[in-house]
Amino acid sequence: MKAVCWMGTEKMSVETVPDPTILNPRDAIVKITSTCICGSDLHLYNGLMPTMEQGDIMGHEFMGEVVEVGGAIRPEKLKVGDRVVVPFTIACGHCFFCRQELWSCCDNSNPNYWIAEKMMGYSPSGLFGYTHMLGGYAGGQAQYARVPFADVGPLKIPDGIADEKVVFLSDIFPTGWMGAENCNIKPGDTVAIWGCGPVGQFAIRSAFLLGAERVIAIDRFDYRLQLAQEAGAEIINYEQVEDLLQLLKDMTGNIGPDSCMDAVGMEAHYTGPVYAIDRIKQALRLQPDRPQVLRQCILACRKGGTVSVPGVYGGFIDKMPIGAYVNKGLTMKTGQTHMMRYMKPLLDRVQRGEIDPSFVVSHRVPIDQAPKMYQVFRDKQDHCTKVVLDPWADGSSIAA
Amino acid sequence: MNEAASIHQGDARSVRKWSKMLKGGAMIGGGALAIFGLSRRSKSGIGIAAAGGLLTLIAAKSGEKRASIARSSIVLNSTPQQAYQFWRNFENLPQFMRHLESVTVLDKNTSRWTAIGPLGKHIHWQAEIISDRENEAIAWHSLPGSDVNIDGLVKFQPAPGNRGTILRVHLLYRPPVGALGRSFAKLLGKDPGFLIQQDLRRLKALIEAGEIPTVEGQSHGPRSSAAAMARLLSPDRPIRGRIRLPEALEAQRRVS
Repeated sequence: MKAVCWMGTEKMSVETVPDPTILNPRDAIVKITSTCICGSDLHLYNGLMPTMEQGDIMGHEFMGEVVEVGGAIRPEKLKVGDRVVVPFTIACGHCFFCRQELWSCCDNSNPNYWIAEKMMGYSPSGLFGYTHMLGGYAGGQAQYARVPFADVGPLKIPDGIADEKVVFLSDIFPTGWMGAENCNIKPGDTVAIWGCGPVGQFAIRSAFLLGAERVIAIDRFDYRLQLAQEAGAEIINYEQVEDLLQLLKDMTGNIGPDSCMDAVGMEAHYTGPVYAIDRIKQALRLQPDRPQVLRQCILACRKGGTVSVPGVYGGFIDKMPIGAYVNKGLTMKTGQTHMMRYMKPLLDRVQRGEIDPSFVVSHRVPIDQAPKMYQVFRDKQDHCTKVVLDPWADGSSIAA
Repeated sequence: MNEAASIHQGDARSVRKWSKMLKGGAMIGGGALAIFGLSRRSKSGIGIAAAGGLLTLIAAKSGEKRASIARSSIVLNSTPQQAYQFWRNFENLPQFMRHLESVTVLDKNTSRWTAIGPLGKHIHWQAEIISDRENEAIAWHSLPGSDVNIDGLVKFQPAPGNRGTILRVHLLYRPPVGALGRSFAKLLGKDPGFLIQQDLRRLKALIEAGEIPTVEGQSHGPRSSAAAMARLLSPDRPIRGRIRLPEALEAQRRVS
């Protein structure tokens, strides 16, 4: 089959690899119909996440049709022919954490848990198509994928609803939703969201659905801000304002947003000398993450407010404004998305027409063009917001 | 349980004492041999000195390492009864102990164990249960005539708040006799604490999820030689030795 493989920093390549096989009784094999490039894949593309290996198959946002199931999968749970969206986190469904619906903290899905324990004390769940520290599972930017614990994760999708409306239930829609839920929104609240990438876009819409009165969206790309504005957000291009924090104060009557969301993560862009220092430290591997957005969220948030962090961080940060965090009595909520909590309720919302997730798609291309699209997506060329790959299309023609 | 634990600790102490004395003797002897050889100022003298030096070096590097204690613990989402019953049938152990190939229960208290050692060698021993408290603890030791001397103790305690069972394992490996034993010690050079922790994680997955998570045998693109090297050096790499790969995979996948 064809698969997008990580061959080194900024080196993606479509390789022909063996089709996946069932390795465990609770596995299933899914023939993939749609698969996407995620912003968190760009951290791998840029070589900033440790424990990648040449040849790793990328991708954690995919859906398709079940073509094979292992011996322990009961037919009422999943059977050949089912159309499914596969969540990016892998969960066993039975451990202490799964029973509390902390699905992304599953204790039994990361075979390389001991590497993660060295960095984090305890290991989160395994993920598709990510680092070996998080399991090293082959991903879904391919024609087929092996799905472990397939009786827990995959969500069945009825026929008659397009892939593009449901494929984002695999990650970015639930991730944006949980980011908004973590904002602890009360009626009348103002939520400021840094980052108008795909997760930010879903977070903006989710915040409104959860009852926020005002959403302030912050980015530096006008085409992304425009998409935010269409959802009803007030927008700030931070490159065009002198003092972002002062502006947020002014916009909120000098009280600050009730909650601030970092939907940017470890590769934040910003301006000034602190940015230059962070970039140098990251290039020298002295600091894996560039945390300026997190710092701004803490400084901008109103007293007693909430900071929500759906953005991805890998390791350690410097100059965390812990004094502001403590003295203002803030709460911070984080975590990889507990996917299985959100997938079905959000599918219901899509089916009821409350939201059409396909608004975020900017590019639809055959899988053969994935290497090029990684670069286009990272460099925000061609007004790129979200790339959907067709694993089966003929790659000779460009269909952007 | 307590007497088992104290026997266990007493054994460890005497083992350490003996290995220290042996080590000291070899070092002194080796050193004397080296000085004697050097003082001869001849070809054979150099040979004797080299042999003496080597003996000293080997003695210095050995000893303590051969008698090793491995401890680990894990919380299982099961009752102490379920965990005890699973463990009490020693024939279940190879399902999650990666280097154990088989265990055959001979009678109520004795069993025959086979492990996979370096270079694909099989290591055999017979074990006898010396203490058995239902749903609480099991202690066993290997019998004379085995390739290796192992004492084991496993305890099952209810976790607070009805959160399952805290399982604790203590294993003591005493210096074995002969080349086979030495290769087993080498196996344990991989850090026995880490190995037993890995085994307990597999036990946890097996009991809670019904299977052990794996990425062995999945598809991937072309790997680099650097990645292959990294895999060789990984502390998680199973000892396979001369076993052919498909067999080794079989051994690992016995569970499924």
